[in-house]
Amino acid sequence: MMFKRAVMGFALACCLGSAVSAQEPKMGGTINAVIQPEPPGLNLAMIQNGPTQMVSGNIFEGLLRYSPKLEPLPGLAESWTISEDGKVYTFKLKPGVTWHDGKPFTSADVLFSIDMLKQTHARARGNLVQLEKVEAPDDLTVVFTLKQPFGPFIGIFEVGSMPMVPKHLYEGTDFKTNPYNNAPVGTGPFMFKEWQKGSFIHLVKNPNYHEKGKPYIDDIYWQIIPDAAARSVAFETGKVDVLPGGSVENFDVPRLSKLKDVCITGAGWEFFSPLAWMWLNNRSGPTANKKIRQAIMYAVDRDFAKDVIWNGLGKVATGPSASTIKFYTDDVPKYPYDPAKAKALLKEAGYNGEKIRLMPLPYGETWQRWGEAVKQNLQDVGLNIETVATDVPGHNQKVGDWDYDITFSYLYQYGDPALGVARNYISSQIAKGQVFNNVEGYSNPEVDKLFAEGANATPDSKRKEIYEKAQKILVEDVPVAWLLELQFPTITHCKIKNLITTAIGVNDGFRDAWIDK
Amino acid sequence: MLSFVLQRIVKGVIVLLAIIVMNFFLIRLAPGDPASVMAGEAGASDQVFVTQLREKFGLDKPLPEQLLIYVKGVLSLDLGFSFRQQMPVSKLIMERLPATLLLTLTAFVISLVLGIFFGTLAARWPGTWADTAITVGALVFYATPLFWIALIAILLFSVQLDWLPSFGYETVGANYSGFAHAIDVGAHLIMPAMTIGLFFMATYTRMTRASMLEVKRLDFIKTARAKGLTQNVIQRRHVLRNALLPVVTLAGLHTGTLIGGAVLTETVFAWPGIGRLMYEALLQRDYNLLLGVFVVCSAMVLIFNLVTDLVYRLVDPRIEFTT
Repeated sequence: MMFKRAVMGFALACCLGSAVSAQEPKMGGTINAVIQPEPPGLNLAMIQNGPTQMVSGNIFEGLLRYSPKLEPLPGLAESWTISEDGKVYTFKLKPGVTWHDGKPFTSADVLFSIDMLKQTHARARGNLVQLEKVEAPDDLTVVFTLKQPFGPFIGIFEVGSMPMVPKHLYEGTDFKTNPYNNAPVGTGPFMFKEWQKGSFIHLVKNPNYHEKGKPYIDDIYWQIIPDAAARSVAFETGKVDVLPGGSVENFDVPRLSKLKDVCITGAGWEFFSPLAWMWLNNRSGPTANKKIRQAIMYAVDRDFAKDVIWNGLGKVATGPSASTIKFYTDDVPKYPYDPAKAKALLKEAGYNGEKIRLMPLPYGETWQRWGEAVKQNLQDVGLNIETVATDVPGHNQKVGDWDYDITFSYLYQYGDPALGVARNYISSQIAKGQVFNNVEGYSNPEVDKLFAEGANATPDSKRKEIYEKAQKILVEDVPVAWLLELQFPTITHCKIKNLITTAIGVNDGFRDAWIDK
Repeated sequence: MLSFVLQRIVKGVIVLLAIIVMNFFLIRLAPGDPASVMAGEAGASDQVFVTQLREKFGLDKPLPEQLLIYVKGVLSLDLGFSFRQQMPVSKLIMERLPATLLLTLTAFVISLVLGIFFGTLAARWPGTWADTAITVGALVFYATPLFWIALIAILLFSVQLDWLPSFGYETVGANYSGFAHAIDVGAHLIMPAMTIGLFFMATYTRMTRASMLEVKRLDFIKTARAKGLTQNVIQRRHVLRNALLPVVTLAGLHTGTLIGGAVLTETVFAWPGIGRLMYEALLQRDYNLLLGVFVVCSAMVLIFNLVTDLVYRLVDPRIEFTT
C-alpha cells in the first residue's frame, strides 16, 4: 500500500512536472482570429461596439483590469487607494509606460482622456456623472474626487469603459476625423500595423511593452469574414485559430467543439454578463397589464430555449440581475414553465384576444428561431401573436419609438447593478429615441428610490440589502420577461494557450496568450 | 462617332443625377438611420449620444438641405464622409473597386466565353445528347441560387478537397509578390468568379443556342451553303456573327445584375469589394456610403452600356451611330 502510494505520488509529481513545463509560455507565432462585423474605427474612446473592443483591447489599456471574480487588478495604474468616506480615489500610475510612438504616458493623458470620454463615450459619461473633479498632482498620480460615495466607481476603469488615449495626438483636433481613429496609438501589448478594409487588421508585438517579457505572440491578424458559415469553414480548415464568442451561429458550436484539437470556453464574459429578455411594452396594449406580463413569464419555456435553441449554453434567468454580478439574489418570486397558470392569469386579466406584436431580434438565425419558439409558446396559452419582421436599423427605430408590444434584447450588466441593471428600470431613463435603457416604460417610484440609494450607499452590505429588495419588487412586477443568462463561448484551436485571463475575456487583448507549437 | 459618345456622356450625367435624387429619398424611406444603428452597436446610449451623432452626420438638417449639400459635393467629385467607417466615401470605394472589377470582369469573361462556346456546340448539333447535356447543365446553373452554389463549392473544394481557399482576396500574412501573388489571388478568385459566372454562362448558352438556330433557318445561310462553304465557316462567319447581337445586348444589360450578384458572392467569400461594402452600408444605413456606391455602380453600368453600343458596331457593320 505504502509502495502504491509512493508510486502514485511519483507519477503525479511527474505529470505535474510535465504539466508545468508544458505551460511555460513559448515566444513567437501568429494568431489569426475572426472579427465580425468589421469595426467602424479603432479608437475605443469614439466607438464602443464589440468588434472595436476586441481589436483595440490589444492596443489601448485602462487604468485597471478585473479578475473573473471582478476584483480590480493593476493596469496602467499599479496601485490605488480609496478614502474612508468613499469619495476620493487615488491612482498611482505605472512608471516607464510609453505610447506606441515612444512618448511617455502620464497623468496628463488620464485627465485628457476623462475629458474626451465625457464628450464621446455615452457609457463613460454616465459612469462619471458622480465625478466632482479629477486632478493630477504629479506625472504619476491621479486623484478622482466624487460628489458622493459611488459604490461601483472602482469597477469603471477597464479598457472598454475608460480607455486611455494619447493627449499629444488628440488635443485640439476634430475627434471625428482624427486620422489616428483608424491607425490608433495606445500603450497596449500590440501595435497597429495595417488595416486592409474588408480583409484584415494586422497588429504586431509592442517590443517596449511595460510588462516585461510580454506579449508572447508576434502578430495578430483579425480576419474579416462576413458570413457565419464561412467563418465556421475558416476555423475548420485551420485558416483561423480563434472564434470569439458569437462569431458562429449557435447550432454550429456543438459541431465545431467536437472537432479534433478544438477547445471551447465560456470564460471571459463575467464583467459583461449578457442577460437576454423580452421587452414588454408597459405603456399600452395587453402587455401594460401586470397579470398578462406574469402570464407571459409562465408561458415561455425557457429551459427549452436553453437546451434546444442555445444548445445547452447559458442559464435560465431568475430576474433583472445575472447571477455573476454583484448583489444577485435568487430569493425572488419564481416563474417556472406553467402554461395552465399562464392561461389562468390571462383569464383573470380579462384578455380578450387582442393582437400582440412580437418583434424578434434581427441578429441572425438563433434569434429568429427563438422568436418562433416564443411565438408558439404564447399562442399555446391563447395569446394572439403577430410576428413583425425587421432589420437592425428598423428594429432600433421601432424600439426607440416604443412601437412594439414584445421584442427581444440582451444587454451587458457591467458587473454592478448601478452600472448595467438600474438603467433598464428607473424612470429617469425613459426617453423616446433611445435604443436601450428603460424602453419598456416601467415606472415605480419605490424602485427609483432603491436604485438611487443603492448606487451611493456604503458599505457593500447595505447595497446588497437595497438591491435584493429592488430585485424582488421587479420580479413581482415583471416589467420585462427575463429569459437567459447568455453564454457566448470562445472557440479556439487548443494550441492557443492562456487567451482569456480576465473578466472581459478576448476584449482585454492577447497579452498573456501564447502558442504551443 | 465622337458626337455620339459625347451625347451619351451628357445623357449619362443627367441619368446619374436622377439616380442620386431618387435614391437619396428612397434609402431614407427605410426605417432607422445611422445614428440609431451606431447607438445600438455601442451597447449603451443616451439622448445626448444619439443627438450628437445626428448633428455630427448632418441628419438634423431638413431633407432638401441635405440633398443640396450632397449633390453639390458630388458635382465637385466629393462623395461625402462615411458615417460608420469614419472615412471619405471615395477613399473607401476606391480601395474596394479594384477587387470588384477583378471579380465581375473575370466572371463576365468566363460567362461570355463559356456561354458562347457551349451555346455554339448545342446549336451545331441540335437534338443530340451533347445538346441535351448542355441544355440541362445550363438550366441547373440558371435555376440554382448563387449562395447555394457558393456554399457547395466551399464545402467541396475547401473543406473536402482542400484545393482552394474558402475566403478572402489573398493569403493574409503570406506577403507574396509578383507572380506568386498573382497565383495566390487567382486561387482565391476561382470560386467567387465561377459562382457568378456560371449563372450568366447558363443564360448566354441558352441565348446563343436559340439565336443561332434562328439564324440558321434564314435564307442567306442557305445561299452560303449553296455557294459550297464548309459547315464550320458558315457557323463561324455567318451564323455566330449574326447570332451574337442579342447576346451582346443581354451582356450589356447584365452589367448591373453582375454587381448585384457580387453583393452576395462577395459576402459569402469575404471578397473585399464594393458589393459587400454596399450590403454592409445598407444594413448600417450608412447613407453617404450607400449613395456613393450607387453612384459608382450606376456610372459603371452607363459606361458598360456605352461600350456595348460600340461593340454592336464592330459585330454588325450595318449599324450606324445616330444621336
